[in-house]
Amino acid sequence: MSSDPSRNGVQPEPSAAPAAPAHTAPPPRALPGGGVSRAHRLVALVVDRPGVLNRVASLMRARNFNIDSLAVSRTDRADISRMTITLHGDDVAVEQAAKQLYRLIDVLKVQDVTSEPTVEHELALVKIRATDSTRAEILKLVEMSRGRAVDVSAEAIIAEVSGPETDVDAFVALVRTYGIKELVRTGAVVMARGAQSIEEALKR
Amino acid sequence: MTTRQSDPAHPPSQAAPPSDPAARPRRSHVPGDGTDHARRVEKARKDMLHEGASATAGRPALKRTRIGADVVCEALLRQGVEVFFSYPGGVILPLYDVLGDYPQLRHVLVRHEQGGAHAADGYARVTGKVGVCMGTSGPGATNLVTGIGTALLDSIPMVAITGNVPAALIGKDAFQEIDINGITLPMTKHNYLVRNADDLPRVLAEAFHIARTGRPGPVHVDITKDALQQETRAEHPTDDQVMAGLPGFRPNLDGHGRQLKLAALELARAKRPVILAGHGVLHAEAWDDLRAFAEKTQIPVAWTLLGIGAIDETHPLAYGFMGMHGWKHVNRAIQSADLLFAVGMRFDDRVTGNVRTYAPYARIVHVDIDPAEIGKNVAVEVPIVGDAGRVLRALLPMVPEVDPLARADYFAELADWKADSEGSSWHGSGAWRDGHLSADYVVSRIGELSGHEANYVADVGQNQMWLARYAGFRSPNSHVSSGGLGTMGFSVPAAMGAALGRPDRETWAITGDGGFQMTFQELMTLVQDHIPVKIALFDNKKLGMIRQWQEIIYAGNYHSAHLLGPDYLKLADAFGIPAFSAATPDEVDGAIRAAQAVDGPALIWFQIAEEQNVFPMMPAGKGLSDLIENWGGADE
Repeated sequence: MSSDPSRNGVQPEPSAAPAAPAHTAPPPRALPGGGVSRAHRLVALVVDRPGVLNRVASLMRARNFNIDSLAVSRTDRADISRMTITLHGDDVAVEQAAKQLYRLIDVLKVQDVTSEPTVEHELALVKIRATDSTRAEILKLVEMSRGRAVDVSAEAIIAEVSGPETDVDAFVALVRTYGIKELVRTGAVVMARGAQSIEEALKR
Repeated sequence: MTTRQSDPAHPPSQAAPPSDPAARPRRSHVPGDGTDHARRVEKARKDMLHEGASATAGRPALKRTRIGADVVCEALLRQGVEVFFSYPGGVILPLYDVLGDYPQLRHVLVRHEQGGAHAADGYARVTGKVGVCMGTSGPGATNLVTGIGTALLDSIPMVAITGNVPAALIGKDAFQEIDINGITLPMTKHNYLVRNADDLPRVLAEAFHIARTGRPGPVHVDITKDALQQETRAEHPTDDQVMAGLPGFRPNLDGHGRQLKLAALELARAKRPVILAGHGVLHAEAWDDLRAFAEKTQIPVAWTLLGIGAIDETHPLAYGFMGMHGWKHVNRAIQSADLLFAVGMRFDDRVTGNVRTYAPYARIVHVDIDPAEIGKNVAVEVPIVGDAGRVLRALLPMVPEVDPLARADYFAELADWKADSEGSSWHGSGAWRDGHLSADYVVSRIGELSGHEANYVADVGQNQMWLARYAGFRSPNSHVSSGGLGTMGFSVPAAMGAALGRPDRETWAITGDGGFQMTFQELMTLVQDHIPVKIALFDNKKLGMIRQWQEIIYAGNYHSAHLLGPDYLKLADAFGIPAFSAATPDEVDGAIRAAQAVDGPALIWFQIAEEQNVFPMMPAGKGLSDLIENWGGADE
């Protein structure tokens, strides 16, 4: 989280701002945020204590941020959990979300990895309606999407697909015509490419 | 013998019951009977009903073992707590059982837990120390909630301790069980649920550390009844151990060097700068640093509601109270400024109004200890994250000394505005002309006759704004007001805590008839504990601010603005509190002096003009340049 909160605000230069006569309407002050809304990925390392997930979720709700997905897991360190939060918002709003997360005592580190090169993965299980006439076709599509049929029964196939969110979206759209009986997605997990490590950054 | 149907969740193992019911073994109603869990629940139930052997009952005080409740008392003493405000109840009784062994801890029995929380808040605001309040589970805990919220919005260091049902009963909707941990989670800086006495020393040490470190705030510690009763040998941690146990809590105190340089550049370039001083200056005890900084840079200081007292109002560079009901000249200065140097304030909507039209020519340097405050409401040019005092001290040698003559034109203009604004705002309603008692006059007399050096505790509404504008504050931490949450009923209980925190000063509770009727049960606490709060009750027989808004914004639709009240002299008399009345300006000084002469609490019933407004006023959604200065009958 190393950004300048003022970058969204276009401000008059001081030299161009003498006390103007009262009848000239001054330019409106830029509000924080108001920029383009886009998907952001936040990675948060938190102390693994009871209720920490509740704290994060409660904060996001109370501060009016909408979480698209939230994935929580252990890390290599027993006392630390990792959360991957995806949300929509402009850069300033998401930075505000990250700063608010930092205020939680149990949050150790928050990083917005949206603009960094990352590996992003999500896993989905899709239970697709299958008949004798469509089964082969569906299996072919699963294979083409680099997925796996993990359960095949008389009337359905469970396909496992993984990859970036967009790949999963594409697969789901592809098989929707056959009838999706059930769908579960884990939500994205991300990791920055290269040798840098958010976990090692903790050991300052 | 039971004839009812078996619980579908626990079907009997035999499908066909014996035909003779008497021969059949009695089915247990205990879910999961025979398991450890069931035994724990059963024991907890017995403990709740005080059937189980109490950990402390019937033993000589000196020979008893150390239990969780002792740890709580030890922790309070270690943290320097002299007084706390509490109300007993079923599950916190183990604490009351040992309290007698700690005579150094003063326990004030409040009449309602909300009063206890506000009292802890008032104590914290005048002393700068952590205030402590307690209550039992369920309703005791929920009654604390308003006070905790008040402390959160105003960043007040507070530790609220509640009892909870025994750990094994949590989640079973036991008597007086509520998920208070879930309730306080979004409205505390941090909260804890302690189920084990061994955890208490660490948790309580952390709670106090978190409450007062960085941006202060309330911390809630919920302790199960069995944790209060368990024997424990756990030791209290050292400060280093507390820090090590909180790896995610490292507030940034020193401003970043590069940002400080940028700020110094902005300050050097500014022609019309204004310092905006907030509560952070008081939290950081940086009033001397602020004055030195303002004097060296020759920048006038405006303050927020909670920044009152950051600078002596008689100082030549002290310019005034800003915002919705602030002085017109102050808001004008902000609107025409080319630089706002904001220290320890958060650009609340009551300060900025419409952000789009706020300070349109100004660049902003924003100093705050909480990074989340920077860029939250207003985009700023130079963010500095740090403690107000440390940043001001670091910046002082970096800024050039400014000759007051260099700002002569600026100062002359500011002085003109100030003279104009003070002249027109004084007695803005015109009530005084009809011989009615005007609230601003009363407030100014209270300020004058108490030497501007008392604890002045506001309630919420018109009385709060009159106090902020007209009392004349000379010293830090003398003004106490519920700013962020705007909690009516705050004044009397908070004054109770303020009076105990700073007994060297007089304490005045400034309240309206609305707020007073919310929490006046604490009058009895004032009497019982002989707490010398002087209550200035401004009775306009109205919810004054509601009436003002209805008059100006809702076209005079005065629904529910009229408020019936009792005969306050009789009311005070019933509590055994000396009370005085003033209905005309010439009765004011006498009533104030009479109340001051009382040893203990006293009340003055000021029967003020019924339709006096607070002007100027910035209507919601408008900007600082759109102040309403009079209305309707005011000038007729």
